[in-house]
Amino acid sequence: MSVLLNSESRVLTQGLGGTGKFHLKGCREYGTKMVAAVRPGKGGTDWEGTPIFDTVGQAVAAEGCDVSVIYVPPPGAADAIMEAAAAGIGVIICITEGIPVNDMVEVQAFLEDVDCVLIGPNCPGVITPGQAKVGIMPGYIHKPGRVGVVSRSGTLTYEAVHQLTQSGIGQSTCIGIGGDPIVGTRHIDAMKLFNDDPDTDAVIMIGEIGGTAEEAAAAWVKENMTKPVAAFIAGKTAPAGKRMGHAGAIISGGSGTAESKVAALEAAGITVAESPADMGTAMIKAAEKAGLDLQAA
Amino acid sequence: MNIHEYQGKQLLRDFGVTVPRSKMITKASEAVAAAKELGTKVVVVKSQIHAGGRGAGAIVADEQEAARVFRANLEKEGLPKHNKPGGVQLAKSPQEAGEIAAVLLGGLLVTKQTGASGKRVNRVLIEEGIDIKEELYISMLLNRETGRHMVLASTEGGMDIEKVAEQTPEKIFKAEINPAVGMRDFQARDVAFALGVPAEKISDAVKFLKTLFAAYLQLDASMLEINPLVLKGDGTLIALDSKLSFDDNAVYRQPAMKDMRDSDEEDPREQQAAEFDLSYIALDGNIGCMVNGAGLAMATMDIIHHHGGEPANFLDVGGGADAGKVAAAFKIILQDDAVKAVFVNIFGGIMQCDVLATGVVEAAKQVKLSIPLVVRLEGTNVEQGRKILAESGIKVINATDMTDGAKKAVEAAGLAG
Repeated sequence: MSVLLNSESRVLTQGLGGTGKFHLKGCREYGTKMVAAVRPGKGGTDWEGTPIFDTVGQAVAAEGCDVSVIYVPPPGAADAIMEAAAAGIGVIICITEGIPVNDMVEVQAFLEDVDCVLIGPNCPGVITPGQAKVGIMPGYIHKPGRVGVVSRSGTLTYEAVHQLTQSGIGQSTCIGIGGDPIVGTRHIDAMKLFNDDPDTDAVIMIGEIGGTAEEAAAAWVKENMTKPVAAFIAGKTAPAGKRMGHAGAIISGGSGTAESKVAALEAAGITVAESPADMGTAMIKAAEKAGLDLQAA
Repeated sequence: MNIHEYQGKQLLRDFGVTVPRSKMITKASEAVAAAKELGTKVVVVKSQIHAGGRGAGAIVADEQEAARVFRANLEKEGLPKHNKPGGVQLAKSPQEAGEIAAVLLGGLLVTKQTGASGKRVNRVLIEEGIDIKEELYISMLLNRETGRHMVLASTEGGMDIEKVAEQTPEKIFKAEINPAVGMRDFQARDVAFALGVPAEKISDAVKFLKTLFAAYLQLDASMLEINPLVLKGDGTLIALDSKLSFDDNAVYRQPAMKDMRDSDEEDPREQQAAEFDLSYIALDGNIGCMVNGAGLAMATMDIIHHHGGEPANFLDVGGGADAGKVAAAFKIILQDDAVKAVFVNIFGGIMQCDVLATGVVEAAKQVKLSIPLVVRLEGTNVEQGRKILAESGIKVINATDMTDGAKKAVEAAGLAG
């Protein structure tokens, strides 16, 4: 089954500029059903065989899209998310980096009344290995399997996936939730999805400094999670008050530090990797503690 | 990005928020005339730097003294245990204002927030004296848990608000703003009553607070802090201080911000990096880092530390970096004299390892690289990338994974240092 995405998903691309085209192609080559694109004013034409529509509503009506991926530049990205939600798309994945926080405050309020899941913004996307890839991650490092991956970062997720694959451990679904202060899906939401997914046996969560999303997820895991969880937190050496690339990665007023996050995770029984090179082995250890041999599966 | 107090006050004034009358000067000779023009019995002479704690800070003679004062007094206690002139002073006459301005301008100001090197004072604000009845606190910022803007107010003005939150949380009043309707009158009234504004002046306070929130929102501020917010003898509010920082993602639609950037306040390497759309932050260590992706860049700093070294910087070359950008990144890292080794850690996704390798080779040749270079490549086109490095003739220490790379970089920096 996996979460959010499977081989039946019908994917719409919003924002067909250079980046959008490049990744539409990459996702199609992976085997994803990239069935439509939206570019206002270009409706009725196509790009390499993918039909283009003027509005998301038209694309949904004609192609039955249930997932949308957004590459629209920052000034129009918030609007693109709301358009997808209003048109009834169930899973909206926003790759765009650099959306103003005030725009996301409005998006979040808008989405409260709509039944959909937003992933991102400022994220690498979602992949269910062997079934569908929606986003900018390199597909070939992944391997179908039963470990869920959730992360705020892009390349650090690739690193974790690579370590798992190298150890012979496949992934059910990998969710890049994004590095911004306001994201549609947080660690805690991803944990709930994986906990309910019969095809996921264990989860690795990759967090970073800033905010309290990891702490919230840890508290939920402690009370509710039935599957083993491993984690890594990036940013132990980051100075306070500086934005470390991601708009959300900033330590302010002593909160959001790596230490406080690691402490909260460990208190919830989560196995935390000390070094980013140990993410894969931390997952194996966490599973062993629960009597699960991931490499045998 | 951050701006100076005088710039923040001008922005607030433009929105209609009550702030003291003032004049920014850059030469001490302008201070007497400025103070006379304001015409109040007392004027305040305020150093303009991008750091708090100015009043308790110290004007020092040189960088050695700055480091000494910072370490001895300020770092631990945050208290003014020094006999140096402070960064904010009262003047009882225009002449005195001139004398104080002469001390502050060109001086090196060290506060608990400047770090041990202090900050040079190039601008001074001469401001009218205000009839202060109560010193209050207000700030506006994003509540990341709820994704909504929030107003924090307290009667404990002039204090370190984090201490107030820790020791007497009941003295902090919070109001969360629904984005669909903005700040409502009743919310502003709640805040005004909580701050002790007298009943007959509540409607003035409501107008003041709503104007302040409008400024915060329309300027795309990531934080607006007024500490102290002053309740005057006549029962009205005035913003005696102003600390504003802005959402970097929204600078594109705030054209006024470009002119407010003070390059003296920013690390020159961070500015250069911004020109190439690179994310760079200078740190204190001796291992230069070049990484793609913010999360991996932080993790790379961590793994260097884990193996006993210290990173000299955070640098994210981004996902779509080309050879030119990689070369620019390389040069910025090497401008830091403290750097004794460079660790390139790349997990190629969209960024292809061969493109990265070409950029590294180009840059290494241009700058005639003389310190050890450790490279760990993984991901898209990794074999081509490794081949380019191997055939380039530049001396590269190859690493098989992150741990191997970090260990080799730490060792190389140690030997070089």
